[in-house]
Amino acid sequence: MTESGIPSASGAASDGDVLVRVEGLKKFFPVQSTSAFRRSHEQVHAVDGVDLEVFRGETLGVVGETGCGKSTLARCIARLLDLSEGQVDFDGRDITNLSARQMRPLRREMQIIFQDPYGSLNPRRRVGSIIGDPFALHGIADGADRKKRVQEVMELVGLKPEHFNRFPAEFSGGQRQRIGVARALALKPKLIICDEPVSALDVSIQAQIINLLADLQSEFNLTYIFIAHDLSVVRHVSDRVAVMYLGKIVELAPVEDVYQAPRHPYSNALLSAVPMPDPNQKVDSHQIILSGDVPSPISPPSGCRFHPRCPKAQPKCSVDDPALVPVLGDPPGHVTACHFPVETGEVMQSRPGVIAGEGAQAT
Amino acid sequence: MALLEVSDLHVSFPTPDGVVQAVRGLSFAAEAGKTLGIVGESGSGKSVATQTIMGLTRGARVSGQAMFEDKDLLAMDQKALRSVRGDEVGMIFQDPLSSLHPYYRVGWQIVEMIRNNHKDISKAKAKARAVELLGLVGIPQPDRRVDDFPHQFSGGMRQRAMIAMAMSLNPKLLIADEPTTALDVTVQAQVLQVMRRLQEEFGTAIILITHDLGVVAEVADDVVVMYAGSAMEKADRYEIFGASHHPYTEGLLQSLPAYGGVRERLHPIPGQPPSLINLPGGCPFHPRCPYVMDRCRIEEPPLFEVGGNPTHTSACWLTLDLVERTALRDKVVGGQLPSPSRP
Repeated sequence: MTESGIPSASGAASDGDVLVRVEGLKKFFPVQSTSAFRRSHEQVHAVDGVDLEVFRGETLGVVGETGCGKSTLARCIARLLDLSEGQVDFDGRDITNLSARQMRPLRREMQIIFQDPYGSLNPRRRVGSIIGDPFALHGIADGADRKKRVQEVMELVGLKPEHFNRFPAEFSGGQRQRIGVARALALKPKLIICDEPVSALDVSIQAQIINLLADLQSEFNLTYIFIAHDLSVVRHVSDRVAVMYLGKIVELAPVEDVYQAPRHPYSNALLSAVPMPDPNQKVDSHQIILSGDVPSPISPPSGCRFHPRCPKAQPKCSVDDPALVPVLGDPPGHVTACHFPVETGEVMQSRPGVIAGEGAQAT
Repeated sequence: MALLEVSDLHVSFPTPDGVVQAVRGLSFAAEAGKTLGIVGESGSGKSVATQTIMGLTRGARVSGQAMFEDKDLLAMDQKALRSVRGDEVGMIFQDPLSSLHPYYRVGWQIVEMIRNNHKDISKAKAKARAVELLGLVGIPQPDRRVDDFPHQFSGGMRQRAMIAMAMSLNPKLLIADEPTTALDVTVQAQVLQVMRRLQEEFGTAIILITHDLGVVAEVADDVVVMYAGSAMEKADRYEIFGASHHPYTEGLLQSLPAYGGVRERLHPIPGQPPSLINLPGGCPFHPRCPYVMDRCRIEEPPLFEVGGNPTHTSACWLTLDLVERTALRDKVVGGQLPSPSRP
């Protein structure tokens, strides 16, 4: 991956700009055995070898289908989960093996906004105390000072400071998500991991939260890792996008490169499946409909993991796992893990994933 | 004549906090071989409306008419409705896992559906039909998978099994309530393709309820935009996406991140949807509307024809169309219309 001395997945940015560096990250979960007599050695390969750098002040979008490991990756970066293998550096420091106690001061600097604004807020606690938690846990502010700072944060995210004593149930979904944002923002972290932050919201409210996140980013120079399955939202917010499939990054590039010239067949299929709010788009002409389902992450396919569903698969794909490197003369910041990447302007077809001598060619 | 014609449907639920007015005077029609898209945000009454028509809302106060062929569904008793459900109208819900019984094999559940309505069909015949249906919706090896339990199916397969079940008796109308919301885009594309094919083959009328404007643009022939229990705008999809009239529709479309556009700030609709217990007077959208006028606060607008097109109606007092409005708004400094009583 670093044959030409180019750090994987990095653009022209210099090393000092890297806030998070992930190397060879793997996370396996053991599978519970169903039989009492047989010890299970099976494991879910949730994240299976990810190298990644996140630059200070950028938004890195992570997209992929359910179960591709995007949330697990984020949780490993935040050390909410222990890594099975690999290393995570945060702000120049190796945090892979820090204990919970050692992690605690670092928690100020990385925060998470969760998807479900209903499940992530304790219904029996008042909003002021929920947002005040970070201050309390880190012993930063007490009493009247804490209240003042909580109200400042509330105002910042567009909540009325006088709602300090309300319960989460008294807020709508969009406002609850603002509470989640306020809690994440309270200690002015460096990194915020947004795990599907707008997926549960209606479009009109979703736009409010996206704007809020953008405003806060420019005000505090925040770095976001933005996980979402809504590809148009990711395109809107991200500087760079990582496309994940079955625990691996298959393509990583600046956002417009991924959306305009996706190289990996999976990226192509994923993007073409997004329904456009424009009825003049001919559905069948642009859509690549993948056959079958995502294979089980317990025993992922050999070689390239996408090969059983890939319209372009060839015999080599089931043997060799392609490396994540620039292809077809792409700049070093655009890396793809594919033996037969899609050329610009090539039209891919929906074909069942048969291994044929000649894959889908341009029509 | 339309297959299903709903007129002036009102649904309300008495609660300890007051009466929730979930649907207020909704009318729409579904035609054979066509797809009617009902879009709206949470709480706009889109699901309640269709569930009420099928007799699935208990404890609701209902008025209005829902003529299905020559029968009024709202006037039927539960027993008569039972034979309509499944036999003539199929339903698909959002969450395929909780709509399938986890303890029974998928095939058995389809067989039960068939035999419940047609007792004269033998078990073997019904099972053969179940296999055929599963094959039709694109489940691989249907003769084997028919004996699987729901947990052995993936999300997309479960939703396809739900479609198979809903289609098992060749209904004339299929009500799909957020059928793809829980699915990934790639699977969503598969499921929508299955629905399209079935419609082409059997001429089924489909009512598709969704909040996803992209899905509507892709599959719906006609669109009803709902807000706070009533229809704000009705038109065919080209009009809705190309020449919408209602400020709410405009707001919805502008809230979407432009796919392929420049990265600029989004234009959300300010504020929150109203409480259905305590609706604002006049037009329900007026507290969030950028073009609000005095009249909007007092009188609720009926659906007016837009541009002399009888199939395009919009519940708004504004006479300017979108192009004129935008032109006017651009002229005004700050991008806001000078409205007398807005701060």
